[in-house]
Amino acid sequence: MQEKYVLQMKNIEKDYFGNKVLKSVSLSVKPGEIHALLGENGAGKSTLMNILFGMPVIHSTGGFDGEVFIDAKKVDVKSPKEAMKIGIGMVHQEFMLVPGFNLTENIKLNREITKKNLLSKISGNSLNFLDRKKMDKDARKALDTLEIGLDEWAKVAGLPVGYMQFVEIAREIDKSNVKLLVFDEPTAVLTESEADNLMKSMKKIAASGIAILFITHRLDEVIKAADNVTVLRDGELVATRKKEDTNVLDLAELMVGRKIKVTNKLEDDKKNRKDHESILSIKNFRVNMPGEAVKGIELEVKKGEILGIGGLAGQGKVGIANGIMGIYESTGEVRLRGENLKLNNTREALKSGLAFVSEDRRGVGLLLDSSIEENIVVTTMQIKNEFLNRFGFFDQIDSKSIRSHGLKMIKDLDIRCTGPTQLTRRLSGGNQQKVCIARALTLEPDVLFVSEPTRGIDIGAKKLVLDLLVKLNKELGMTIVMTSSELAELRAVCDRIAIISEGKVEGILEPSARDRDFGLMMAGEYRKMYSKEAL
Amino acid sequence: MSNTNHVEVLEKTKESEAISLKMKSFFIDHSVTILFIIICLIGVKISKLPLFFITSELLTRISRNSFLVLSLIIPVLAGMGLNFGITIGAMAGQIAIIAVTHWGITGIQGFLLCGLLSVPIAMIFGYLIGTLLNKTKGQEMITSMIAGFFANGIYQFIFLFAVGSIIPMKDPIMMLSSGIGIRNTVDLSKNVGIKYALDNLKKVPAIKVLLIALVATIIIYSGIRFYKIKNSKKKEKFITGQYLSTMIGCFVGILICSIFMFHEGIPNNLKMITKIKLPIATCLVIAGLCLFNVMIVKTKLGQDFRTVGQDNHIAKISGINVNKIRIIAITLSTLLAAWGQLIFLQNIGTLNTYGSHVQIATFSIAALLIGGASVSRATIGQAILGTILFHTLFIVSPMAGKNLFGDAQIGEFFRAFVAYGVIGLSLGLHAWRKRVGVKSKLE
Repeated sequence: MQEKYVLQMKNIEKDYFGNKVLKSVSLSVKPGEIHALLGENGAGKSTLMNILFGMPVIHSTGGFDGEVFIDAKKVDVKSPKEAMKIGIGMVHQEFMLVPGFNLTENIKLNREITKKNLLSKISGNSLNFLDRKKMDKDARKALDTLEIGLDEWAKVAGLPVGYMQFVEIAREIDKSNVKLLVFDEPTAVLTESEADNLMKSMKKIAASGIAILFITHRLDEVIKAADNVTVLRDGELVATRKKEDTNVLDLAELMVGRKIKVTNKLEDDKKNRKDHESILSIKNFRVNMPGEAVKGIELEVKKGEILGIGGLAGQGKVGIANGIMGIYESTGEVRLRGENLKLNNTREALKSGLAFVSEDRRGVGLLLDSSIEENIVVTTMQIKNEFLNRFGFFDQIDSKSIRSHGLKMIKDLDIRCTGPTQLTRRLSGGNQQKVCIARALTLEPDVLFVSEPTRGIDIGAKKLVLDLLVKLNKELGMTIVMTSSELAELRAVCDRIAIISEGKVEGILEPSARDRDFGLMMAGEYRKMYSKEAL
Repeated sequence: MSNTNHVEVLEKTKESEAISLKMKSFFIDHSVTILFIIICLIGVKISKLPLFFITSELLTRISRNSFLVLSLIIPVLAGMGLNFGITIGAMAGQIAIIAVTHWGITGIQGFLLCGLLSVPIAMIFGYLIGTLLNKTKGQEMITSMIAGFFANGIYQFIFLFAVGSIIPMKDPIMMLSSGIGIRNTVDLSKNVGIKYALDNLKKVPAIKVLLIALVATIIIYSGIRFYKIKNSKKKEKFITGQYLSTMIGCFVGILICSIFMFHEGIPNNLKMITKIKLPIATCLVIAGLCLFNVMIVKTKLGQDFRTVGQDNHIAKISGINVNKIRIIAITLSTLLAAWGQLIFLQNIGTLNTYGSHVQIATFSIAALLIGGASVSRATIGQAILGTILFHTLFIVSPMAGKNLFGDAQIGEFFRAFVAYGVIGLSLGLHAWRKRVGVKSKLE
C-alpha cells in the first residue's frame, strides 16, 4: 500500500565538478512527522537541502539527478521563491530578522496585509496602506501557537537569542500554505532550556499536520523530538531508523563510525595547580556586549590551568573574553601577571600575551576570502612584526616563512584542506576553527581565550578540537580560558568551571561536582540557597 | 519609622537619578540642535535686527526652502543616507523652467507646466542615479555627490554649447549674443516668467493663519484622541500630560495672537508683525508633501523602504526587490527636488543658469542635520526645525558679523562656511553621540 508523503526525494545524486557529494540518497517525510536529518559536516545535508530549495548554487553547477515529489507530485524547484510557493519553509540558522522592527513587522516581512485606498486604486498595490490590526492579529495567533508570551509590538532588537529563533518560526508557521518546515540546526545557538522549549514547539507544530525536517548535531535532541531519523555519512545514506529502534550511542556510531570520548584530565594534575600563582585577575569587570552584558565580574585565572566559563546564553559568559580583548567596550580592572592591562585596546591585549579564538568564527574570527596561511599569520604579522622582510620603511611579506609556518600548522593541527593557499571560506566548520586556533597559537600567547570552540562543528571534529586544547595546555603549559555553552565539554576538559549568571560569577566548581550544583548555578539559584545555609 | 524614611529618601534619590539620566540622554541626543539654537539666539541678539525683519525674512525662506529639505527624507528612510543627488533633481526643474520661459508661458500656467514637464526629466535622472547607487551600495552619499558634479558638467555642456549649435534655439533675450548658449541669468519676473506664480496666488496675514492653525490643532487633536480611546481596548485617560501641554500651548498661542491682532496698546514696531503675509498656496503645497511623507510610511511601499533601510540582506531574502525599491526611493527624491527647485526659483525670481542648483544639496542637507537628523534617521519635524534654524543663522550672520568685527563681509563669509561647517560638525557630533551612548549604557 502506498503511504501518503509530504516530501519524497528519490535517488538524489549530485556531484560538484566530478566530486560526488550525494550518492543515491532517498528521504521520505509524512505529514505531521518530525524527521531528523543527521550527519557530520560535509556529509551532504546542506547539499540535500540546497536541492530541495532549488538554490542557485545547484543549478549553476549542473543540476542534480533524481526526483523530488511534494504531495506525490513531481516538482522541479528552480528557486527558493518557488520552494516557498509550494509550501516549503526554512528556519534559518542565522536569524533573518530586522532588529529595528517589531515582532509583527518581522513575522509579516514582505507578506504584509494591506487595504486599498484612494491612491492605490489608481496607481497599483504598492501604495496600499498596511492593515496593522489584521497583521497584529495574525502575528498574535502564530505566537500563541508557539506559546510565546512576547508582545507582538515589542522590538526584536534586545530580545534574547532564544526568542529570536521563535520569531523566525512564527514567521514560517504564519505562512498559510506551509506543509514542510526545515529547521537548519536550530539549537546551535540555544541554551539547553531554550532548546527544550523549541522541541516542545516543534511537536506542537507537527501535531497540527505540518511536517518537520530537523537538521542537527545534537543526538539527544534527535531522540527527544524526532519520530524518524535519517543518517548521512560522506554523501551516502547510512540508515533510516525509527526512534523506538535506536538510541544515542547507536546514532552516534552510525554518524561518525567511531566512539566518542574526550581525554579526561588526571586527578593529580588538578591538585598540583591548586597553589599555582594567578596569571590573570579580573576585578569589577563590565562589558557592554549586546545580549551578553557582563556586570561586574571578579575572577582569578591560575597559571597553567584550563578555566571553563559556562552558563546559559545571554548571561554574559561570552562577553568576558570579548571585553578583555577590547572587542566590546569594557570598564574595570584587569591585571595580567600583576600589571594593569589597558582596556578597550585590542592591540595592547594581543601584545601583552593574550590571544583569542572568537565565537563568531565567520564574522570576527576569519578573513574568509584569504588563504589559510594568511589567516594563520596575519595577527602575528601585525602585532609582532614577524613574517616580514624589513627594508627600512618598506616592509615586505616574507612569503617563504609564511608558507613553511602554514604547512607546519596544517600538519600539527591536522587541518584538512587542499593546501595552504585554499580560501578559508571553503573549509568546513571544524577546519575553520582549527585555522582560528592556529592563528592564536602563532602569537605564542601566555593566556588563550577560546569561545565556543565547538559551536556548529560535528562530533568528530569537536573531539579533535578539544583534544588539541588539552594537548596545548599539557605540553606547552598554556593557560586556557574556555567559554562554552556545552557543559559536558567543559566538564571533560577544564580544571575549574566558573558559572556566569546575570553578568556575574555565580560560583566556581570542580568538573566532578554534582549535576545539581551546576544546574542551580546556571539558574542563578545557587548562591541564594547556600548563602542561607552559611548563615 | 526612621527606616521607612530612609527607604523613601533612597527612592527619591533613585528617581532624581533617573531624571538626571533622562536629561543627560536628551541633551546628548539633541546636541546638534541645541548647539544651533544657542548660536541662533546669540546671533539674533548681536545682529540687533528688528524682530519684524527677521520674522518676515524667515517666513519667506521657510516657504522657499523647506520643500527641498523635505525631499531628502525618503532616501534616508530607505537606508541610502543623505541624497546629495538632489542637485540633479534641481537641474531637472531648471531645464523645465528654461523651456517654459522660452515658450513664453508665464504665471501659474507656466509654473504648472514646469511642474508637469519636470516629471519625466526627473524620473529619468532619478532612475539613472538609482542604477548607479545600486552598483555602489554603502557609498551612496559620496557617489551621489560626485554624480552631482558630473551631471553639472553635462548640464553646462548642454546649455553653454549645445543650445544654439546642436539644439536649434533662437531667443535673443535668454541667449548669449553669440547665439550659442544660455545667458548667465534668466529673468523670471512677472511678464516673462514664473516669478511669484505660486506665492502670489493667495497671501494671507501670517498671524491669521497661525490663529486658524492653532484652533484647528485643538479640534483635530482632541478629535483624534477621542476616536483612539473609543476604539482601543485598553483603558486610557483622555487627558494625558502630552495632551494637556499641547492644549495649554495652543491656548497661550491663541491668546498672544489675539492680543497682537486686537489690542491697541502694542508698540508700533511689534504691531508690524501682523502685517507679515504668508504665501498660503506654497504653504499648502509644503503641507501636502509632509502629509505625503507621513502617508507613504504607512503603505506597503513605505514598509519596503523601511525594511530595505534596516537590512538589505534580509529584505532580499524575504523576497523584496531591493534594487527596485532603492531606485523608487531615489527617483521620488529626485522628482520632489525638481519641484522644490521650482518653488525655490519662483520665489527668487531670477534663474542663475549655472549656479542656482549648485549648492542646493549642501544647504538642504545642512538644514536637515541641524534639525537633529542623522544619516539613518530623519523626520518631518527635524526638517522644518532645521530649516528654521539654518536660515535664522543665514539672516542674522551678516549683521552680526558687522556688529562684531565692523565688516559685513566677514558675516557674509561666516554664513558661507556655516553651511559646510555644519555638515562636518554634525556628522562629527553624531559619531561622538554614538560613542557616548555606548559608554553611558556601560555605566
